[in-house]
Amino acid sequence: MATALESSATLLDQLTDGQTTSLRLTQDCLDRIAAHDTAIGAFLHVDSEPALAAAAAIDRRREAGEPLGLLAGLPVAVKDVLATRGQPTTCASRMLQGWVPPYDAHVVERLRRADAVLIGKTNMDEFAMGSTTENSAFGPTRTPWRLDCAAGGSSGGSAAAVAAGMAPLAVGSDTGGSIRQPASFCGVVGLKPTYGRVSRYGLVAFASSLDQVGPFSGDVRGAALLLEVLADHDPRDATCADEPVPAYRDQLERPLDALRVGICRDHFTEGLDKDVDEAVEAAIDVYRRLGAEIHDIQLPHARFAVACYYLVAPSEASSNLARYDGVHYGARSDDYDGLVDMYCRSRGEAFGAEVKRRIMLGTYALSAGYYDAFYLKAQKVRRLIQQDYQQAFTSVDVIASPVAPTPAIPLGSLVSDPLQMYLADTYTISANLAGLPGLSLPAGFSDDGRPIGLQLLAPPFQESRLLQAAAMHERETQWHLRRPPLAEDSS
Amino acid sequence: MTAPCSPATTIIGLEVHVQLLTETKIFCGCLNRFNPEEPNVQTCPVCLGLPGALPVMNRRALELAIRAGLALSGTIAGTTKWDRKQYYYPDLPKAYQISQFDLPFCDGGWMDVDDADDGDETQASRIRLIRVHLEEDAGKNLHDETQRGRDSRIDLNRAGTPLLEIVSEPDLRSAAQSRRYLEEMRLLMVYLGVSDCNMQEGSLRCDANINLELVNDDGVAIRTPIVEIKNLNSFRGVEAALEYEIGRQRQEFAECGGVYADSEKQTRGWDADRGVTFAQRGKEDAADYRYFPDPDLVPVQIAAEWIEELRTGLCELPAARRQRLVDDLKLSRYDASVIIDQGRDLADYFEAVAQRCGDPKRAANWVTQDVLRELNDRGQAIGDFAIDADGLAAILARIASGDLTTRSAREVFTALLDDDPEGEQVTVEARIDEIISDRGLATIADSGALEPLIDAVIERNPQAAADFRGGKQAAIGKLIGEVMREAKGADPQSVRAALIERLSS
Repeated sequence: MATALESSATLLDQLTDGQTTSLRLTQDCLDRIAAHDTAIGAFLHVDSEPALAAAAAIDRRREAGEPLGLLAGLPVAVKDVLATRGQPTTCASRMLQGWVPPYDAHVVERLRRADAVLIGKTNMDEFAMGSTTENSAFGPTRTPWRLDCAAGGSSGGSAAAVAAGMAPLAVGSDTGGSIRQPASFCGVVGLKPTYGRVSRYGLVAFASSLDQVGPFSGDVRGAALLLEVLADHDPRDATCADEPVPAYRDQLERPLDALRVGICRDHFTEGLDKDVDEAVEAAIDVYRRLGAEIHDIQLPHARFAVACYYLVAPSEASSNLARYDGVHYGARSDDYDGLVDMYCRSRGEAFGAEVKRRIMLGTYALSAGYYDAFYLKAQKVRRLIQQDYQQAFTSVDVIASPVAPTPAIPLGSLVSDPLQMYLADTYTISANLAGLPGLSLPAGFSDDGRPIGLQLLAPPFQESRLLQAAAMHERETQWHLRRPPLAEDSS
Repeated sequence: MTAPCSPATTIIGLEVHVQLLTETKIFCGCLNRFNPEEPNVQTCPVCLGLPGALPVMNRRALELAIRAGLALSGTIAGTTKWDRKQYYYPDLPKAYQISQFDLPFCDGGWMDVDDADDGDETQASRIRLIRVHLEEDAGKNLHDETQRGRDSRIDLNRAGTPLLEIVSEPDLRSAAQSRRYLEEMRLLMVYLGVSDCNMQEGSLRCDANINLELVNDDGVAIRTPIVEIKNLNSFRGVEAALEYEIGRQRQEFAECGGVYADSEKQTRGWDADRGVTFAQRGKEDAADYRYFPDPDLVPVQIAAEWIEELRTGLCELPAARRQRLVDDLKLSRYDASVIIDQGRDLADYFEAVAQRCGDPKRAANWVTQDVLRELNDRGQAIGDFAIDADGLAAILARIASGDLTTRSAREVFTALLDDDPEGEQVTVEARIDEIISDRGLATIADSGALEPLIDAVIERNPQAAADFRGGKQAAIGKLIGEVMREAKGADPQSVRAALIERLSS
C-alpha cells in the first residue's frame, strides 16, 4: 500500500495509475500523524477534515478526467510561519495563538492551485528563531531517528514530518539554515532557494533580507517538484525576482559534466564532529569517483559570518516583530495600566526568551549612536562575504560543506547556551547573507544512527545545478532510502 | 519685570504634510479616499500590517511627488530608498512608518513668498527648503470624547495614504509670513494636481518649529529653546499658534532672563479653542526612531529621462503665471495675485476672457470684482458660474467697441446670471443682443438719435443752458444727467460732446 514514505514521484505514478487515491494517501498521512506525532511533535495544527475533503475533491476531478496541478493530490505540510486562510498561523508563539489569517501566503496559493492537499501546520522555533525547534511555545519537535534528539530548526516540524512519512512533501523557511539544518538532523532533502526566487508574501517575517521559503522532500526529485510549484514571480513581493522558472525535474537525471566542486578547508577544523567530517569527506569522494574535480577555495570573510548574521537578523527582527503590540491582533495582556503598560505586558507575557533576546539585540544594534558600528558595519561585511562567493564561483560550480557541526543534538543540550547555539549556524548562514541557493541532502549516519547531511551551495538562481549535483550523489549512495525506526513501521 | 528685549528675530521653519491624490495607497492596492463614515473598509493585509504582508511601491505616488519636487525647484535624486521610522502608536499598525531618512527623493528647493500685499510695491522672500520626502500616512485614533473612559477606536482607512513631507529651512520670520508660505504651498500643490489640500480632511497639515533670538540685559543675543508645534491644520491655526508662541517665548525669556534650565527642543500642541500651545512631550520621552533601510522594498532608481519628461509636463506654476500677468498683461501685482490665488480654474477663466475681449485690464476688473463677488455670494466655483468666459468676453467686447456703457454692461451681466439655465438655448452673443434690445440698452452713439432729446432737455432747462453759455462749465452736468436718464444706453462722453456742440452753436 502506498504511504507517504514512498517518493513523491512514485506516489504521483500510483495516483495516475489508480493504484491509490489522494483520499487514501491523505488518510494514511493522518493515521501516521495520529500514531507518531505525540512522540515527535511535528504538527501544531492538523487540518484533518478540510484535507480529506480537498483530497476527495481532487480524486473526483481526476476521475472526471479534468487536468490537475503539478501536485495532483499529494499531501503537503506547511510550516506555521506561512499565512493560511482559515487555518491558524501561530509561528509557534503564544503571541499569535489562535490567530487565523484572512489571506493565503503566495506560496500557499500556489500549493492550492497545484492541487496539493494542505494537511496541517508544522512546528518551529518561535518566529523561526532557533536551531532545534525547542523555542516553540508548544513543545519541541524530535527527530524521528532519535526521539531524545532535536529535529533541528527552525523548520523542525516540516523536516520531521517528511522523515516520519506524515507528509511526502513539506514547506519550510530558511533565514540562517532553518531548512538545511533540520533536513540534516532528520535525514531528508531540504532546499533554500536563492533570495528572491520564491515570494515572501505571507511568510511571517523574521529577517526580511534573509528569509526564503523552500521545499522538504524525502528525495531530490521531490524537492525539484515542490520548488517548481513554489518558485514564481510575485509582484506583491518587491524583492521577488522576475526570472524564468526552469522545469527543475527535466534536468535532474543529467549528470553535470566536468563538475567542479569547491571545498573550503576552514570548514573542516576544530569543532566539527568526527562522524560528520567523515561523512562529508566520503560524499566528496563520491563526486571525485563520478569524475568531478575537487578544488580548494578561499572564503576569507566567512569567519565573520556568525557575527554579521547575529547583527543583521536580530535588527530586522526587532523591527518586524514590533507590530505584535497587543493592539490590532494577537495576544493582549489581561491586566495593564494604560497604553505603554499594555505594550510592555502583552509583549513580555507572550514572547518567549529567545525572541526577546533577539529583539533586544536588534533594538540595541539599531539605536542612535550604535547603528554605524553595528548594523551598517554588518551590512558592509555582508557585501564582502557576497564577494567571496562571487570570486569562488568563478572557479567552481558548487561548494560542498557540512550542514552543521554535529548530527542531531540531544534535547536541552544547548538551549541554555545561546552563543554555542549561534555558532552551530556557521556553515549555513553565509548562504543567507549572500542570498545563495543551498541544499542539504542525506550523506550518511553517525555511529549511533543519527543522519548527517551534506550541504551544496551554488551561484544565484542555479537551483537546477544544485539539484542535478545532489541527484548525482543520491543515485550513487541511496542514503535517502533509509527510514527512521518508528514503532509500528518496523512490524 | 523688564520689558523684553527688542529687537527680536523670529525664526520659523515649517514641515508641511501633503496627502497625494493617487487612486490607491502608496504600498498596496486599497483605495485612497477620505471616508470617515465607514472605518476600516479601505484596508487589506498590507495596510493593516498583518503578519506576512509586504509593501510594494505605487509608482504613481512617486510620480506626483517628483512633480511636486520639481515645482519646488528641488534636485530629484537618481537613487532614493525607503526607511523604517520605528515608534509605537495604536494608529501605526506595523509599529513603524515607511518613510525616507538619509536619501530623500528630493533635496533642496525653494519657494518665493510675497512679503505683504500692499499693491505693486510687493517684495518676495525666498524660503529655502531642506528636503522633500515621501512616506505613508498613519491611521487615525478615535478617542472617546465623553470623558467616560470608553475604549478608543482606530480607523485604518487613512493608513498608507501617500504623504509628502516638505521641510523648510528656518527662513520664515513671522507668523503672517508662515501663513502666506503655507497658502502659497497649498496653491502650488493644487495647481499641480498632486493634492486637493483639503485642510478639513487633513490632506494638508503642518508642524512648525519656532524660536526667537532676543537680546538680554547685558546686550547678549540669546536664542530661546526651539519649540515644535504639532499638527496645525488650518491657516489661521498656524498663524495664531505662532503668534501665541512668540508671545509665550518672549514672556518666558523675560522671566528667566535668557537662562533656561532645559534648552532641549520641546514639543507642544495647539489648543485652537483656548488659543494656547501646551507642552506635550519632554526630552525624557525623546524618540529614537531607529531608522534603517526597509528590507522589504528595493532602492528606487529614478531615470533622468523620466525626470525630464515630468519637468517638461509641468504646468505654468502660480508664481510664474502671476509674474506673466504683471509683465505681459500689465495687471497690477495686486490684481494678478487676486486672480492667481483663486486657483487654476479662475486664472484660466480670466485669461480666456482677457484674450477674447482684448482688454486684460478691463477683464481683470470684472473678474476680480463682479465675478468674484457673484461667486462668493452664490458659493460657487468658477466651473459652475452661469457666465462662461465667452459670455463675459462678449459683454466686455461690447464695452470696448462702445456698444454698451459699463453701467449697461452690468445690467446685461446680471440679466445673464438670472437666466434660467434650462431656458431656450441660444448662443451667448444672441442672448446678449436680445437683452440689449429688450431693455433698450444699446448705446445711442450717433448724434442724430440724440438731437431731439438734447433739444428737449435744453428747452426744459433754460437757466442751466444760459449758465453754461455764460461760462459756468459745471452747469452742463445737470443737462447731461437729464439726457442720460432719457436715453438709456447713451454714452456720457457722446452726450457731453453733443450738448456742448448744440449749446455753442
